[in-house]
Amino acid sequence: MGRPKNQPEGGQAPIVQRVRLRYTKRGPLRFTSHRDFARAFERAIHRAGVPIAYSQGFSPHPKVSYASAAPTGVASEAEYLEIGLREPVDLNDLMRALDAALSPGLDVVEAVESPGGSLADRIDAGRWRVELPGLADDVLRLAVEAFVAADEVMIERLTKQGMRTVDVRAAVVSAVAVPAPTGVGVVPCAILDLVVRQVSPTVRPDDVLAGLRVVADLEPPAPPRATRLAQGLLTTQGEILDPFAADRPTAIGAPSA
Amino acid sequence: MSVASVYPQLEALLPRISKPIQYVGGELGAVVKEWDAAAVRWVLMYPDAYEVGLPNQGVQILYEVLNEQPDVLAERTYAVWPDLEALMREHGVPQFSVDAHRPVGAFDLFGISFSTELGYTNMLTALDLAKIPLLSRDRDETHPVVLAGGHASFNPEPIADFIDAAVLGDGEEAVLEITAIVREWKAEGCPGGRDELLLRLARTESVYVPRFYDVDYLPDGRIQRVVPNRADVPFRVHKRTTMNLDDWPYPKKPLVPLAETVHERYAVEIFRGCTRGCRFCQAGMITRPVRERSITTVGQMVKEGLEFSGFTEVGLLSLSSADHSEIGDMCSGLAQQYADTNVSLSLPSTRVDAFNIELAQELSRNGRRTGLTFAPEGGSERIRKVINKMVSKEDLIRTVVTAYTNGWRQVKLYFMCGLPTETDEDVLEIADMAHEVIRAGRAATGSKDIRCTVSIGGFVPKPHTPFQWAGMDTPETIDHRLRLLKQAINADRSLGRAIGYRYHDGEPSLIEGLLSRGDRRVGAVIRKVWENGGRFDGWSEHFSFARWVDSAAEVLPQFGVDLDWFTTREREEAEVLPWDHLDSGLDKEWLWQDWQDAMSEYEQDDCRWTPCFDCGVCPSMDTEIQIGPTGKKLLPLTVKPGLKV
Repeated sequence: MGRPKNQPEGGQAPIVQRVRLRYTKRGPLRFTSHRDFARAFERAIHRAGVPIAYSQGFSPHPKVSYASAAPTGVASEAEYLEIGLREPVDLNDLMRALDAALSPGLDVVEAVESPGGSLADRIDAGRWRVELPGLADDVLRLAVEAFVAADEVMIERLTKQGMRTVDVRAAVVSAVAVPAPTGVGVVPCAILDLVVRQVSPTVRPDDVLAGLRVVADLEPPAPPRATRLAQGLLTTQGEILDPFAADRPTAIGAPSA
Repeated sequence: MSVASVYPQLEALLPRISKPIQYVGGELGAVVKEWDAAAVRWVLMYPDAYEVGLPNQGVQILYEVLNEQPDVLAERTYAVWPDLEALMREHGVPQFSVDAHRPVGAFDLFGISFSTELGYTNMLTALDLAKIPLLSRDRDETHPVVLAGGHASFNPEPIADFIDAAVLGDGEEAVLEITAIVREWKAEGCPGGRDELLLRLARTESVYVPRFYDVDYLPDGRIQRVVPNRADVPFRVHKRTTMNLDDWPYPKKPLVPLAETVHERYAVEIFRGCTRGCRFCQAGMITRPVRERSITTVGQMVKEGLEFSGFTEVGLLSLSSADHSEIGDMCSGLAQQYADTNVSLSLPSTRVDAFNIELAQELSRNGRRTGLTFAPEGGSERIRKVINKMVSKEDLIRTVVTAYTNGWRQVKLYFMCGLPTETDEDVLEIADMAHEVIRAGRAATGSKDIRCTVSIGGFVPKPHTPFQWAGMDTPETIDHRLRLLKQAINADRSLGRAIGYRYHDGEPSLIEGLLSRGDRRVGAVIRKVWENGGRFDGWSEHFSFARWVDSAAEVLPQFGVDLDWFTTREREEAEVLPWDHLDSGLDKEWLWQDWQDAMSEYEQDDCRWTPCFDCGVCPSMDTEIQIGPTGKKLLPLTVKPGLKV
């Protein structure tokens, strides 16, 4: 018989293990949006036979929570999520099963058991690397120097509230033009290394580029390619603390470079 | 010679467009093979946006069948949205496959699947972006053979100048046969060039090569005859029928996209063909006879398809799913197998009777209830006799009330407008029916919390159906009736509030009618529309009726015909129809008789449970009805617990 509206019988099995995962968006799959990834990850859970726990209620959802996702089009070596399981699993097996169930490029690279608390409390900044093909090193260096020297850099950007003016300078902890690889056959490509604090509204690599346009009329000749290299808590030295560092005894896989 | 990926050029454009993920490939189930190792290379296109094209069953099946051949490579391409099209033109990026981003122009065969004629302009965009000449006669050995398939290819005459060949019917075996011909011709060093290859294809009698046929016209514009212009091709080209569906359990490895698409489910065809005999239904006519897939094969496909894909929804597809001889056991078996999982099962295309409610109940055992849709198609008893949709008003109301009393609060009712012999009164009866459904539903449930949605589609007469001779109603007539219906539904405010009303206006249907029953002269209209910017004609935000009307007015007068001549004009028995030389197996005399029966409101039974009514398909195609029951049952799944490492 069809079940009457209201509530399902019984309840969902409780969570017995929480696991945090680091995953990547590489190559062409950097164009995966967060929604796309979330759908793919849910399917990967089913394919991999992960004993995922579900939320209570009439429309149960798998227990997956995400830390701030990189924007569509930006590659990442450091995306984080946490899952709740109804049966304990071996972390190494979990990582391998999920990685095999996701498209190549969406790679699960590290797993730790959650010590409790919120994953978001381990992250307040990120390091980005922005490649600017066709741009000369010194052009970028001058623009970055002007940006760093400014007290504030206001840009126009579209937010959910409509167009608004945002200061992109305040969120930037450091911005450095790093020397690009040189050699025969290498297309000139300037590289920008950024450490940006997570603020609201979010300041993304393209916002910083918009800021470079404001302060130095910087116009990249080709679309930039950004990669998020790390996320974590910002130390007073301006370093980013690996969010799994404290849980490393149980960590599986190589620590992030 | 190897072919370079266009991805580096494309990648620079992707940050500038919407939903770039649809162009990067990388789906689960996608196959990338080494170019040089393949003897025959196909690129398959569904000529609509990725989100619509990716789930298409036909393309997925052929993609897998072809890639299972060790020396064959098959990739996919979809219509690019105008934002990317503009950038591709600006930067000289050609139409590409999403699998390995190879240029479409480099493949041996370019197969395009037309579920609907509204994809024709998108084909021209793809050809043009691929730098393949638009006209078949301008192509040479360096260009792919452009091949049309899908239901619309049962009358490919409007695109006859643009395609090199068309295949009618089921594709599984046809693509392998075509592959073998191309493989051999290439191995021989391409003797006789493109013409020889097309000739070899035409000689199979199941590949239609339009250039080998001439069309002569009468002074009044009608076709005089269509005849081969060379001795060694057949007078008629026959459709293909895949028998024994258990031998073709595809898709085994369904494509699982990263981008969001219109259907996110594992779909399995539980049978092909339909002999219900609804006279408007081209699918039912051209896919005969009924061939069931057995309950055990369906069970196996569902199990493996879900394991492979990670989908949580299963669609049991066919033209009338409740008609499968073992549908009861299939639904209860699957429901039991997946009772404690989060997998939901759905049964689209169902008929109007209480049995369907039982099936739907069965499928919603784990609490996941899918919507219920019934399709009486016609508003009045009289019009339902004309279209041979044998449903009485009492049946419908009883069925819907049963749904309400079993906990459904919403049902959808599907109808058509513009059917042959239709009057305002026939359409207005839809309102009476909807009112009675709500009234009876409220009485039976004691609740005001029940709704129904009336959804109306425009009727388009299709080739190879008894209505192929029918004149269409004008868009003004259709729109007038739709307005009257809306007023009638809302005439009673209490009932009207519980009734949702969805409809399409009459204009797109008229153009679909032009393209469905057009002949080679309509190709000039398609080209003109495309040159005037026509793209994505199946999308209301892109479709422009004025563009079609203006283009038709510009190019058709030279032939002494016009838009009305192709659409609203009723044809006579003696007229040579543009698709008469294309054999769907249906006997034209039988179709005419069924058309006459429609006019006399005389119904035709289903040959699965009454004697053969001689539609002609089985004897002419050497096929037979393949139905169960097999008597087998689905056993509970033995699922190995634990991670799949």
